[in-house]
Amino acid sequence: MAQAVTTSREESGNVIPYALREAGYAALISFGLFVLLIGLKTDQNIRNELILVPRWGLLAIIVAITAVVRFVYVAYAAPYVEASRRAAAQRKVLVAPVEKGFIRRNFNVIGLAALFLYPVVILALFGVQGSLKWVDNFGIQVLIYVMLAWGLNIVVGLAGLLDLGYVAFYAVGAYAYALLGTHFGLSFWILLPAAGIMAAMWGVMLGFPVLRLRGDYLAIVTLAFGEIIRLVLINWREVTNGSAGISGIPKVTFFGLISFDVSADNYIGKVFGLASSGAYYKIFLYYLIVLLCLLTAFVTVRLRRLPIGRAWEALREDEIACRSLGINTTTTKLTAFAIGAMFAGFAGSFFAARQGFVSPESFVYLESAIVLAIVVLGGMGSLGGIAVAAMVMIGGTEILREMGFLKMVFGEGFTPELYRMLLFGLAVVLVMLWKPRGFVGSREPTAFLHQRKSVAGSFTKEGHA
Amino acid sequence: MSDGMMASPVLKLEHLSMKFGGLVAIGDLSFEAKRGEITALIGPNGAGKTTVFNCITGFYKPSEGMITLTGSDGRQFLLERMPDHEITAKAKVARTFQNIRLFSGMTLLENLLVAQHNKLMKASGFTLLGLFGFASYRRASKASIELAQHWLEKARLVDRADDPAGDLPYGAQRRLEIARAMCTGPELLCLDEPAAGLNPKESAELNALLNDIKDTTGTSILLIEHDMSVVMEISDHVVVLEYGRKISDGDPAFVKNDPRVIAAYLGVDDEEVGDVLTEVGDDQVLQQLEGGPDILHGPHTSSSMMAGSVMDSIDHSDPLGERVTVAPGASKAGQLDARNKAAGAAGLGAAAGAAAGKAAARVAAENVAADSGASTKAAAAELGGTAGRAAAARGGDTASPAKGAPAPLVSNALPAARGGQADKLTLIKGIGPVNEKKLNDHGIFHFDQIAAWTQADIAAAEAYLAFDGRIAREDWVGQAAELAKGGKRGGN
Repeated sequence: MAQAVTTSREESGNVIPYALREAGYAALISFGLFVLLIGLKTDQNIRNELILVPRWGLLAIIVAITAVVRFVYVAYAAPYVEASRRAAAQRKVLVAPVEKGFIRRNFNVIGLAALFLYPVVILALFGVQGSLKWVDNFGIQVLIYVMLAWGLNIVVGLAGLLDLGYVAFYAVGAYAYALLGTHFGLSFWILLPAAGIMAAMWGVMLGFPVLRLRGDYLAIVTLAFGEIIRLVLINWREVTNGSAGISGIPKVTFFGLISFDVSADNYIGKVFGLASSGAYYKIFLYYLIVLLCLLTAFVTVRLRRLPIGRAWEALREDEIACRSLGINTTTTKLTAFAIGAMFAGFAGSFFAARQGFVSPESFVYLESAIVLAIVVLGGMGSLGGIAVAAMVMIGGTEILREMGFLKMVFGEGFTPELYRMLLFGLAVVLVMLWKPRGFVGSREPTAFLHQRKSVAGSFTKEGHA
Repeated sequence: MSDGMMASPVLKLEHLSMKFGGLVAIGDLSFEAKRGEITALIGPNGAGKTTVFNCITGFYKPSEGMITLTGSDGRQFLLERMPDHEITAKAKVARTFQNIRLFSGMTLLENLLVAQHNKLMKASGFTLLGLFGFASYRRASKASIELAQHWLEKARLVDRADDPAGDLPYGAQRRLEIARAMCTGPELLCLDEPAAGLNPKESAELNALLNDIKDTTGTSILLIEHDMSVVMEISDHVVVLEYGRKISDGDPAFVKNDPRVIAAYLGVDDEEVGDVLTEVGDDQVLQQLEGGPDILHGPHTSSSMMAGSVMDSIDHSDPLGERVTVAPGASKAGQLDARNKAAGAAGLGAAAGAAAGKAAARVAAENVAADSGASTKAAAAELGGTAGRAAAARGGDTASPAKGAPAPLVSNALPAARGGQADKLTLIKGIGPVNEKKLNDHGIFHFDQIAAWTQADIAAAEAYLAFDGRIAREDWVGQAAELAKGGKRGGN
């Protein structure tokens, strides 16, 4: 009934009064909500007394924004979405397959080219010193999360094992490199695989006790495991130096040929006759993480087409059916944990090399939650979707630092970075409303007989229900 | 296939029992499934068919018994000792599920490739060789796709090979599940209600597929089925279960006409049973048929009225061998047995001499009935002590109370109140009008009778009235003695 009324109103084109009324309601509600939260602020005056500072102007701005957004949504956005959906439905009936666009078809190639050209473009735009921030904060930072999320994708997206303690393996990798590198002076190129193997070993050790658990129970145990690792790092002072962390972690060298240490003889600046700058190291690290990410993607794509990958996905779909087909679910689960953890170990040792300093602060539960949110937002099992989600989530929160103009709206005291998590949560909610299965909800089959058709998200299971 | 091979059963169950706590889902079940045949396992709901399947495929570990699978190469596997995935991987037993379990988010082809996991794992060098794209894996992968295509064609699903399995209609999902099980290359294929929910056309297609599997692959099939048309049409051998026990075993024609099977499926007409039981004087069973839960054997009514009258319990400590005690009236086939024995005995009695007449026949029938009910009565003896005595008294004692009156509950029952005047038993604390009437029905009319109760009588009365320990606690005997004395004094 309500639907019919709405439709007739839209069709008659008379949405403006309705939208105005809706905007009025929204303004009232937001006023009611924020009058005490934002309109009044407690503060201390010079005599240390508690006083109330009214902020009516800010309240008015917030209420006005709410009303305007609601008005625009009801009057323009909703009818437009409705119309385009109807048009799409009609198109589907009339024309069978919609040809994919150029970007969709060549997504991988374009993505790869953009990845490799990014530092070049940045160098050209901002110069050597100016590029530092863009390569490090945006490039390397995002790619570390891409790699972590792709690793977690094996455990959560493919095998359907909800793991909330993934950051533990990241920590194992980071500390493995930090400790072995500082104490024994071993090279990054030896310690990278070593850190991966150690993290994989810890993955198996976590996997054993939780083999029989699924869903919420598994999530809780893995969450506890993540905390245990962090607490051990804090309290085992003799080895880990507690919360003070480990500093002076050796830099990565270009296979020992070129060093990025200014004091070294083969420093890149001396070899190529360039001015000293930290940017070279960052650019080198950028390409290193790009290669590590590509390795992760390559292995994941390959594994999916191998029996083990199919067994992971089958495990996610139905564990009992797997057992009835002779699949050893124990080893299948353990390999998922191990391989997922291995990539976290790689990422961890890279992280330690990039920071030059590790402390337990970097491996809090929030990191696990962010990585999991990226996997879920991207669409479980889909590498492309996850990469986009990491870019939006991590890059998006980084870019808040650049939003100086917001100070003009909210006053000098406004620091957008503080609203990072709020916006992160908001984005998650919005994406889940818009695409409940993540950016890429469909699944690409691993083999086909006649024609490759992607499987709609509604058929796949998430495994941890 | 040689005759010798044909003779050896592919699957042999010996004395298989499965207990869940106190519930016996399967009790001492033995049967064989012959190689190259379709064996059907049928029975009413709750007969334990799926439990048998779960034991065979390792999802349950049986409480007792042995399950032997003999491969076509003569290798033998004891399935009850193997974990579930090894049963499929090594012993080559594949199964389907009653509620279809497909990988709904994977395509049909992928479903069939997952079924070939172990073969492909070996070919891919446990992932390592496959990761580096060795040719051996590529060949194996190609072969596995060909096998999958073969089974998709058999199941007539090849057109939809690249669609998600969850998108198929119900009947096609059933066929796909069978095709997936066949991709594991099984010696024995266990199908749990493959025709459930299929329309007649789909059912016929399924029959064709199963016959094709039987004729072309040499895979033996064990299937659970409710649809009798499927069972009768395709199976070579039928095993019928009821309450976890085998009640019939043979070819379809034999099973179809087995009165025990008919009784199990259709039930025995209650009136018919009643007539027979009245005739043989088995009042106890009659009462229990009418009176709901069986107090003497089941849990006390004080625990729960709902629990257990249909609960089977099995006691292997009995030196005589198998003895399943089922609450009387639960097993329809059991009822039929009782009836047949009684009828046979009656016939025998009649043949013994016309002169002896009806009375002799009735006595014979009574004795036989006592024998046929031996298991229940033995159990009663264990549980209730005197109840056994009461039963024995009923079976053997010809001086039983007047015809029509219930069997005596205690040793000193009277046929009627002395002098036609019963004492007011409600004067005893703990006896209400209802219990007074019950006691009167059993020949207890006077205080001195209760006062003279032995320990065993008390136990029997408690069991009957479902007063565990209350008679002793409230000291009915003492109270009755007081009242009897008082009554005498009053009388004096």
